[in-house]
Amino acid sequence: MAKSYDAIIVGGGHNGLVCAAYLAKAGRSVLVLERRHVLGGAAVTEEIYPGFKYSVCSYVVSLLRPEIIRDLQLPRFGLEIIPLKCSFSPLPDGDALCRWDDPELTRREVARFSPRDAERLPEFSKSLLKMSQFVKPLLSLTPPDPCSKNPNDLLELLKVGRRARDLGPEALTRLVKLMTMSSADFLDEWFESDVLKAPMSVSGIIGTFLGVRSPGTAYVMLHHYMGEIDGAFRSWGFARGGTGQISNAIADSARHFGAEIRLEAPVSEVKVHRGKSTGVVLEGGEEIDAKVVISALDPHRTFFKLVGPQHLDPDFTAKMKRYRMRGSSGKVNLALDGVPEFVSRPGVGPHLEGDIAIAPSVNYLERAYDEAKYGNFSSKPYMNIVIPSLVDPSVAPPGKHVMSIFVQYAPYHLKEGASAWPEKREAFGNAVIDTLAEYVPKIRDQILHQQVLSPWDIEQEMGLTEGNIFHGELGLEQLFFLRPVPDWAKYRTPIRNFWMCASGTHPGGGIMGAPGANAAGELLKTGAI
Amino acid sequence: MPEPTPFHPRTSALCRSLFWKEWAGYHAVRSFDTVIDPEYFAFRHAAGLIDVSPLFKYDVSGKDAADFLSYVMVRDIRKLQVGRVAYSCWCDDDGKAIDDGTITRLGDDLYRVTSAEPSFRWFDQQAEGFDVVISDRSRDIAALSLQGPRSREILKGAVGSGVEGLRFFRVMEGKIGKTPVHITRTGYTGDLGYEIWVEPKGALAVWDAIMEAGKIHGIRAAGLDAMDITRIEAGFILLGVDYKSSPHCDIEEQKSSAYEIGLGRLVNLDRPSFIGQRALREEKERGSEWAMVGLDISWEELEALYDAYGLPPHLPAQAWRENIPLYKEGRQIGRATSGTWSPTLKQNLALATVEAEFGALGTHLEIEVTVEWERRVVPATVVQTPFFNPQRKRS
Repeated sequence: MAKSYDAIIVGGGHNGLVCAAYLAKAGRSVLVLERRHVLGGAAVTEEIYPGFKYSVCSYVVSLLRPEIIRDLQLPRFGLEIIPLKCSFSPLPDGDALCRWDDPELTRREVARFSPRDAERLPEFSKSLLKMSQFVKPLLSLTPPDPCSKNPNDLLELLKVGRRARDLGPEALTRLVKLMTMSSADFLDEWFESDVLKAPMSVSGIIGTFLGVRSPGTAYVMLHHYMGEIDGAFRSWGFARGGTGQISNAIADSARHFGAEIRLEAPVSEVKVHRGKSTGVVLEGGEEIDAKVVISALDPHRTFFKLVGPQHLDPDFTAKMKRYRMRGSSGKVNLALDGVPEFVSRPGVGPHLEGDIAIAPSVNYLERAYDEAKYGNFSSKPYMNIVIPSLVDPSVAPPGKHVMSIFVQYAPYHLKEGASAWPEKREAFGNAVIDTLAEYVPKIRDQILHQQVLSPWDIEQEMGLTEGNIFHGELGLEQLFFLRPVPDWAKYRTPIRNFWMCASGTHPGGGIMGAPGANAAGELLKTGAI
Repeated sequence: MPEPTPFHPRTSALCRSLFWKEWAGYHAVRSFDTVIDPEYFAFRHAAGLIDVSPLFKYDVSGKDAADFLSYVMVRDIRKLQVGRVAYSCWCDDDGKAIDDGTITRLGDDLYRVTSAEPSFRWFDQQAEGFDVVISDRSRDIAALSLQGPRSREILKGAVGSGVEGLRFFRVMEGKIGKTPVHITRTGYTGDLGYEIWVEPKGALAVWDAIMEAGKIHGIRAAGLDAMDITRIEAGFILLGVDYKSSPHCDIEEQKSSAYEIGLGRLVNLDRPSFIGQRALREEKERGSEWAMVGLDISWEELEALYDAYGLPPHLPAQAWRENIPLYKEGRQIGRATSGTWSPTLKQNLALATVEAEFGALGTHLEIEVTVEWERRVVPATVVQTPFFNPQRKRS
């Protein structure tokens, strides 16, 4: 008889692996099944071009919970994170703004554009820090159900309420504004300089199909602001060896605790018998049984591909269909012959050791969104660029570099339909390089290889529905006890013994690991295995 | 007034922060930038180059050199082969530690000893009856430490052949450009790394050649503050910080034996007489009074403590070295002597001296924390050192 497991995790993305590691650490027998030949899902490093290691999709890390790093002993298994030095925003007129890790340097830079903003910046940081302090404990909490009369839910809600009260009226007002305003409007309340506001506002739109002037984006800005490294808020970093190294470290930790991981083992369906899951069937026909099956795929793929509506209540299916997964971004990865030279700040320097934002003005960003609204990719997109090889030489041959370009907007649903992406891919790549060439005129001569990923490609390759990087947008209407859908925000599903553990559950996307850890915690608490 | 090291023209040109300190009579860079992260991460991810010229260096030569060194060191140096390096400490007659450092066997009868504080008088005083010559080479030899995962590639570029085969705790001779150097596979970061020993007249050429070779590998000049974090992660003790040299102690209680500074593994008791042997043997039988341990200070509890004040947790940006009281059930049972937040491990770490009975791995203690001028405690657990021990260190 084939071996049976306590838990099978479908999908070897970082959350699936975190969940596996916690369950294995608690002594449960765990099997992770990954469709691809590499682990990591969207947190993956691949040597697409010899000698150059691309962080193919996800490229920076900040939200990975430090307690997960400690609990799973990830540094011992090769996890090392290098913080970004700065945020560099070159401008079309040849000037540039750089926000540094050194507050005094940043003050002087910002003061060139607005002395008022320069003084305001520390106050703003303090205010957002306070918000982050409020939100942060919610990250590792299983969302309480506000409609429930269960004493545990009520107690948790009370705790959240108390924390909100403790913020005081001023901060609470600000929090409500943050929850409802657009990032551009929210920043307008603080700052006057467009040059400063534009790159700050973009963190409100990443991974959503919204513009910087769309209501609700201010909260997403906070979600990104919350990133922490070393207990310090708002530090982003590179994983040494690329983001895939994070997944590999988690996988090695999981194996160390006894989990089994199988690659190239695509699951075709979850076996459901009388409303209860009993195991999985692989594409080759192999059946494996387990007490619980946990999906680390996005909610749409989970319920419409793994399970199928025939096993679900139509009401639930309807809600799940409405869960928004609109992909809005693409990715271009470049292998470069040398360090790219920016007109606004020529030469190699520390300004290139952080992220580089092509976000010269709020209007520029809104125009980029305008095109996307009507089914086109932005001809002048917002781009977030990093060159990790400058601080982590292990990802490129000596003297050569990798450049990762996150591009927004690239709507999954083109006006010609998503299936038009293979024909549009080249034009999309050209738009990105053309835009970049305005700031780095010689970039074309330095490109040794380029990889262009549209949201359609991300869906095909990584299995993210519509190429949405967060397994569903981080809008307020689908966060906390509403993620992915109301009544099912506690990692459980309407099918007994079938669970969810990835970014489509609370607290959402980014290389955070919290959904995986929370799901494992909840599963162990129930005594299901 | 400290004096410049032979590398000063290069380090001073790069030190934009003007953060300097005095180290053994020399000007030494604390950090080149106002933010030390890039220098720390250079050590852990690429390579950092740090001027360690202020170390004291002594050459011991003569036909009795091995016997003499075995007599002053707690470790039997007669076993050390040519081309190898050993780490040891040396003690007074009572087995109390004076200093610790490396001993490199450069030739049949030639050894080089490094130390943190001047030890010439002590060695010279013990040399009577041995056919040895001890010479203080501290000013004749400048030194650089090149540490980090890319250090091997960089040195291969600067030196050429031979570096690749240089194993952990070995020494080789080579040339960087036209300058003869000694290279040891040693360091104070617990990472893959090398130390390069050169006469002062060739110092700048060596610096330039290493920096040039390192350009494509992300090399960075690094200062003492960054190295201090790495040495705590590596669990390395520092004289004058984690213990006090016995001749400098004002009272007996300030002294620590070789066992009490965590170097018991180096002590070879069963051999001909050496300084401190009797006392150390007795201590081994009787048991030590103190133990040097690694501590993992609970981050969750620290965060909760700060949260109770409505504050985010606060940590100093660099390693600290104040003595901080440790408690067990309300009674003070020791002190933490240095510590740091580990950016790699995401742990709040410390090295500490505790009453020996509380030195076992897994022992739960409490460490004092001051929040808003109020003294509180958070839990700390005795854990294994090195805290961070990457495979590449020995690879």
